[in-house]
Amino acid sequence: MQGLQARLDLESAEMPWEHFPHGADIGIRGIGASLDEAFEQAAIALIAVITDPGMVDAKASVTIRCEAPDEEMLLTDWLNALIFEMSTRGMLFGRFDVDVSDHRLDAIAWGEAVDRQRHHPAVEVKGATYTELSVALCDDGRWTAQCVVDV
Amino acid sequence: MDATRLIRKADCEWELPQSGAMRVPGVIYADEPLLRDMDDKVAEQVAHVAALPGIVKASFAMPDAHWGYGFPIGGVAAFDPDQGGVVSAGGVGFDISCGVRTLLTRLEVARLEAVKRRLADTLYARIPAGLGSTGALRLDTSEMDAMLVGGARWAVERGYGRGDDLERIEEHGAMSAADPGAVSEAAKLRQRDEMGTLGSGNHYLEVQQITAVYDSATADAFGLAVGEVVISIHCGSRGLGHQIGTDFLREMVVAAKGAGIVLPDRELACAPIRSKLGRRYLGAMRSAINCALANRQILTHITRQALREVIPGAELKLLYDVSHNTCKVEEHLVDGEPRELYIHRKGATRAFPPGHPELPAAFHSAGQPVLIGGSMGTASYVLAGTTLGMGEAFGSACHGAGRSMSRNAASRRWSGRKVVDDLAGRGILIRSPSQRGVAEEAPGAYKDVSAVVDAADRGQLARKVARLEPLVCIKG
Repeated sequence: MQGLQARLDLESAEMPWEHFPHGADIGIRGIGASLDEAFEQAAIALIAVITDPGMVDAKASVTIRCEAPDEEMLLTDWLNALIFEMSTRGMLFGRFDVDVSDHRLDAIAWGEAVDRQRHHPAVEVKGATYTELSVALCDDGRWTAQCVVDV
Repeated sequence: MDATRLIRKADCEWELPQSGAMRVPGVIYADEPLLRDMDDKVAEQVAHVAALPGIVKASFAMPDAHWGYGFPIGGVAAFDPDQGGVVSAGGVGFDISCGVRTLLTRLEVARLEAVKRRLADTLYARIPAGLGSTGALRLDTSEMDAMLVGGARWAVERGYGRGDDLERIEEHGAMSAADPGAVSEAAKLRQRDEMGTLGSGNHYLEVQQITAVYDSATADAFGLAVGEVVISIHCGSRGLGHQIGTDFLREMVVAAKGAGIVLPDRELACAPIRSKLGRRYLGAMRSAINCALANRQILTHITRQALREVIPGAELKLLYDVSHNTCKVEEHLVDGEPRELYIHRKGATRAFPPGHPELPAAFHSAGQPVLIGGSMGTASYVLAGTTLGMGEAFGSACHGAGRSMSRNAASRRWSGRKVVDDLAGRGILIRSPSQRGVAEEAPGAYKDVSAVVDAADRGQLARKVARLEPLVCIKG
């Protein structure tokens, strides 16, 4: 995972993501120049819990829309929508285009059917939780979007 | 954990005195080393739970407690509907009715050793495990609803297993008052391909040998003897339960926000037991319990087929099936008075005492089998419920080892290949679709399950009966 993280940092220094520890599970954090990017990177961090996002080809797309009372719940709704789509479609996603405005999210997720030989999925994610949930504008002008996911 | 705020009440029992918003004290069961290693978040979460409306007696943490979601994992709390008590989706968790069942082969280890590799390969070929695997069974709308009401009883009626399995499952195989109408279409859709699947993460199917018996009379009653082989299955309610957890947690958070209730942690979101939302959640959550019971019943059927393929004529009798993420209505004595309470067990196992009416006749004098799963490559334990534990912590005990290391740290520290090779060197065969999944579940990433079980035994929550060690482990 460290190698993967380092590679992604090199490739997209402006839009990184990371994992942070939780006692039983795993935290995911997306960091971006905008709220949209932070949400996109949080989704990449979610996929990285399961497999190497770089291994997922963009063969098909799924449209996702969410609406929530606040930006933080919008993040968990977004991640839970991805978990639902992956579970019911038997897909993994590797690329995202997110548009967030006024507690509404419109997104396209690109991916392909799970290939157990190629993707070696480590674990399935049960749900995005409200633990360590935050969506924030940092002092350096970047946005972060994070929460713990239950695996 | 900083123990200075705690009062030691007994060898393995610590009180977190009532303060601030707490309505009752907290009680943590642990020996000194376990307590020292516990995250401070456990005490914080125990205190948060103690502040919820209608909580009775105390907010409990079991010896394997660790930082969870709202509730600690290893948390037990009882709520009284007559006192404004609540039900909490976070207090049950995402994997509703995740649990363990243990099956008795009554075969000697030597008999098994001769066919171990073939059994490992056959089980791995038959048991759908890991992300991307699907079950052979597809349920239409009416069958889905029948399953959600009937649980393991439904599965037996459809030919998965035997009628005498049912008395050895909590709720006799079917949780009453389930309401499939309260389960979202999304949750049912998510379950469509997942009946009879193991899942991933810490879920497993393990062939184990009994290596020690601590209480021979109880072990006899349970059918456990040193040198014999058992098979244990650890899994839950799959996508259906996960989606119900997701749906209701959100709804309870929004409802709290709408009612102007400020929660110290959104994950504590709950609804009064006597509210529409509370009743709907209970109906959905009980449906998920039935889904978990049906799922483990189908996996049992597949396991029996696989075992007979390798050892013709082999029998698998169910010892017992326990669930460790639930909220159940139970009668308990509080200050000598019987009260009907809603007991949340989040990562905690029910441990009913000898003579409890829920137990089958075979366990009348021994008490309920309490099945404690270890991690891959380490021991598991069978305990028995005690009369003292029933009075102490609403008949509850620990559920497993609990992680001591994050998934990232584990996958950085170990390679899956090396973990598999090291365990093979000790005679333990691992079969898993994911090397990284194996690394994340490496034995060293978990607390010492023996210490946890000893603390439960010394704390008199349950008494040790037998120790099980793995021979084969199928990981999702």
